[in-house]
Amino acid sequence: MPFDLHPRLRTPATALAGAALLAGTLAACGSGGPSRAQTLEVWTYQDASTHIQAEAVERFNETSDVQLELVEIPGANYQERMRTAMGTPNAPDIFFNWGSGSISDFVQQDMLVDLTDTLAETEELRDAFVPTVLAAAEIDGGVYGVPMRGVQPVILFHNTELFEQIGAEPPTTWEEMEELIEVFQAEDITPVALGGADAWTSLMWLEYLLDRTGGAGVWQRIESGESEAWGDPAVVSSAQTALDLIEDGAFGSTFLSNAYTNDGVSTYFAQGRAAMHLMGSWEYGGQLANAEEFARERLGYGTFPVISDGAGEASSIVGNPNNYWSVNAELEGEQLDAALEFLKHTTDDAYLSALVANGDIPGTVGVDDRLDDHPDPEFARFQYELITEAAAFTQSWDQALPNRAATEMMNAVDDLFSGGLTAEEFADTLRGVS
Amino acid sequence: MAGRRRARDTGRPGVLWAVPGLLFFGLFAAAPMVLVAWLSFTSWDGLSAPAWSGTENWTRLWSDPAMHRALRLSLLLTLLSWLFQTPVALLLGVWSAGRQRSRAVLSAVFFLPLLASSVALALVWRSILDPNFGLAADVARWLELGDANVLGSQRGALLAVAFVAAWQFVPFHALLYQGGARQVPRSLYDAASIDGAGTVRQFFAVTLPQLRNTVVTSSVLMVVGSLTYFETVLILTGGGPGSATTIVPYLMYETGFRAFDLGYASAVATSLVVVATGVSLLMVRLTGFGRMRSTREGM
Repeated sequence: MPFDLHPRLRTPATALAGAALLAGTLAACGSGGPSRAQTLEVWTYQDASTHIQAEAVERFNETSDVQLELVEIPGANYQERMRTAMGTPNAPDIFFNWGSGSISDFVQQDMLVDLTDTLAETEELRDAFVPTVLAAAEIDGGVYGVPMRGVQPVILFHNTELFEQIGAEPPTTWEEMEELIEVFQAEDITPVALGGADAWTSLMWLEYLLDRTGGAGVWQRIESGESEAWGDPAVVSSAQTALDLIEDGAFGSTFLSNAYTNDGVSTYFAQGRAAMHLMGSWEYGGQLANAEEFARERLGYGTFPVISDGAGEASSIVGNPNNYWSVNAELEGEQLDAALEFLKHTTDDAYLSALVANGDIPGTVGVDDRLDDHPDPEFARFQYELITEAAAFTQSWDQALPNRAATEMMNAVDDLFSGGLTAEEFADTLRGVS
Repeated sequence: MAGRRRARDTGRPGVLWAVPGLLFFGLFAAAPMVLVAWLSFTSWDGLSAPAWSGTENWTRLWSDPAMHRALRLSLLLTLLSWLFQTPVALLLGVWSAGRQRSRAVLSAVFFLPLLASSVALALVWRSILDPNFGLAADVARWLELGDANVLGSQRGALLAVAFVAAWQFVPFHALLYQGGARQVPRSLYDAASIDGAGTVRQFFAVTLPQLRNTVVTSSVLMVVGSLTYFETVLILTGGGPGSATTIVPYLMYETGFRAFDLGYASAVATSLVVVATGVSLLMVRLTGFGRMRSTREGM
């Protein structure tokens, strides 16, 4: 590794060179400070809640010899950056991820620290997390991540004003859903906003439809490697339901041109041009930032409707159980101890308060008495109940599967929604993908 | 030795002068290409060491429907780009070769897109083509065309990519043609006008034949550029809807940096190098570009 200047390398030669370099730098700026070789790199996904991690790092640095340096990676390419850096000398020491498929390849290459014992032995972490939330960090019998942000269930949002206008309630059953689609279309309102240009928004519909039709077990079989489970009749039937929605005009005629990532769909929804929007709980924060009046006065929320004669539970949810900190297995000695010490702070009072104040529901147990500090306590309680009472919490499929399988699946989803595949062809294409 | 003698004969600088260029090309083009060619015979996830897999990637490439589709789309996009960009760039370039001040001012305006980054242009066009908030929505309403579902329809998305590419690259090719047209000797036009040729006749009898070399140069650049076109697709359509704009370079990116199937992605990349090189060599050969020394021999 001739070009390596990364602080993690501990060979005497590089340490010496680094020390020499550092001595020069320090002399030049005339200030003391921790040795550069003692600094760990912490990567996080840059967005509106990054400041919480920045504050946590700052608090940690005040009391530790080993210093942390937070690196904020722009969101859109986080997954690629993380993946291409791992296994090179530029890899982060502690890093944000989505658990499951986003880190399973690293686990197979023994690149991450197994945190099972740490969780069992550390008072601050033992039994601290909601089991369904921690589950996404459990791979091959080990635990490889600690929840560090909010739980993000996918919620069926609606525009309360438009529902009042037609004198209806948000749908609780699929029959009501179908009826509402007709009524809203007659009123020249798009029944459901969908950013189909981003295939993961279309995926949310399939995730819920499969859960309600076939129960959470079908996906659990696929996720655990039984790729033949794509052939389950519930897969074809839920894909067909999605096609029927498109056919019936539920998503309007331009949904394939709409994107979520440029705020297009959220703006469309906030302007009252669509009645419902199936999206992660972060939609609330986004609306609060971009269309505050809409968020406060007209943004309603509810659970996904039940499909009669379906096998799913009404309380089951899909979404992102959390984001996680994982630790690079190259760390050892004092640095490893420091990294594990840092993980403890994800459950301390300051960190949890900051999360709640930011509008997040932490993945820890017993946060109900904190929820009054949430910007919207009512929405917080709704989510908290949703999470704690869920019969099953299915992780977003694209994050549950390893990269390669997820890419194949997303292409099939995109093809299904853009008319390139029938429901049967969709299931056939995916058979063998897991 | 032979090289040096020839260099002396023609009065050109020796091989030594080419060293910086060769080193740069070797380090940043040839070496990575060799590496990618080698990777195409391995199975590699980017984490563990590449494992030799023989011709597995290549046999898969040969029968992969996604690759066939991507290749078809790439060739279609190349054809569309050439058919659209060449006449526009040619006319614009020849027109702007005139020395009038008004033409100079307008040319400066036409050449502006050349200065912007492709990513910025793609983002701007994506906003323009937004079905609800973009200019396209207003135009569609005004023309009573219904919904502006350009990026959401299979054909519309590919045409949009071809159009944005043209919008971005026509100025460059017009610049080539402008330079070429200004090299055409005045005397040829004088002779033509004595023979009674009008503007149109002069264009076809004098300008176009004189621009033969420029047409070939511009076409080769256009074809190779279209075959390796990427950023605009990534930002404008993300290869969609479905796989309607998943051209070969995008397929390579998706396979390499989404699925992290880097061995197979290398096979896609290598085949792209081979196809692009082959097509440009073929064009040079067929047009007789290689044998031509000058369009003004004997003048």
